[in-house]
Amino acid sequence: MACELWSGKLDAYFDGELPADEARACAEHLRQCPICSAEGLDQLQLKRAIRIAGHRFTADPEFRARIEKRVAGRESLAWPSRWLPALMAVTAMLLVGALILARYRPNPEAQMLSELADQHVATLASANPVDVVSTDRHTVKPWFEGKIPFTFNLPESQDSPFELVGGKVSYLNQSPGAELIFRVRKHQISVFIFQEQALGKAPLNEITTNALSFTVRGWSRNGLRYFVIGDASPQDLDKLSDLLKAAS
Amino acid sequence: MPLFERLYNFARWLAHDREEAEDLVQETYAKALKGFSSFQPGTNFRAWMYRILRNTFLNSRTGLQATATVPLELEERDATLPTAADTPESLLLQRADGQLVQDALLRIPVHHREVLLLCEVEEMSYREVSATLAIPMGTVMSRLSRARRALREALRELQKGQTQKG
Repeated sequence: MACELWSGKLDAYFDGELPADEARACAEHLRQCPICSAEGLDQLQLKRAIRIAGHRFTADPEFRARIEKRVAGRESLAWPSRWLPALMAVTAMLLVGALILARYRPNPEAQMLSELADQHVATLASANPVDVVSTDRHTVKPWFEGKIPFTFNLPESQDSPFELVGGKVSYLNQSPGAELIFRVRKHQISVFIFQEQALGKAPLNEITTNALSFTVRGWSRNGLRYFVIGDASPQDLDKLSDLLKAAS
Repeated sequence: MPLFERLYNFARWLAHDREEAEDLVQETYAKALKGFSSFQPGTNFRAWMYRILRNTFLNSRTGLQATATVPLELEERDATLPTAADTPESLLLQRADGQLVQDALLRIPVHHREVLLLCEVEEMSYREVSATLAIPMGTVMSRLSRARRALREALRELQKGQTQKG
């Protein structure tokens, strides 16, 4: 019955269009229902595939210059003066639009965090969240040999509240990396490790932020970029980040 | 220049042709400048610009051909269509590379393509899509659902074709 209720609302849920209380209930159902979570994973993959494929065409610079010239009014001197107020008004609106766009257009880092958040959600929704299942770092780390073009160190987590669940190969910008899953109390945290060179133009600052309501930490060390993402408390993410930093 | 690259990308997806897309964008800016008095302050400027571009496309020869050959479904019904029948599709999408998704987008009807692009690429809310396409919110939801289903079907067909060739 619950599946019937939520199945028809999954589109709206993943489009971010459900009211907050319904979204919370839907998220709870997704955590418990493997059928709906598989469907949700499919939805996320389709959305991501369209988003990536849809950014396809770039205008010719000459064409852009031509339109810019026109909008900036350089050709408007020949226009009747009655258009001048309208032209000034539209230019002002375009400037406001530019400010709005600059604010809302995702920058490379925001896009990257959004993609990592998608991958984290996909992992949570998956019936098989990891490819190597082990709480032993000496099992998980060697499993990645030959699968990713770098190696990394994992912290000893025995004396910490963090339990290593396992790992799998992940991809960002078509480059392979490691995704490690840690559990703290009932929360799952994904740790992504990629080569810095795989991240393209994204800035490589230390980050402490939120992406799609998840808490995110990020830093660079020895040519590798680390991201820690999850819905656990920021303090928990800080502790796990410190453990990883100390080990690397 | 605000929206320029995005409007151009959207125009190319609608028109399939560089020159025609350039004409569409040029005409869109010309109409925006000319008809600025019809823009109501406080309403969505981005939706207004996209609406001008889309209406310009619909009145173009390519737009008339594209919409004349594809009947719209009775979209107000089944506003929230379950997608369970489409799953499991994860493997299909994992195997689909970017080129395949682009080809599939070009295969589906233009009214499906545009709603997917506005929602996923332009990241518009249902309300903005509704304002851009001048259709009710319920229709936005049902059209999106059908568009996603059509895209999956197109991907499946293209992958089948690739397998047969290979």
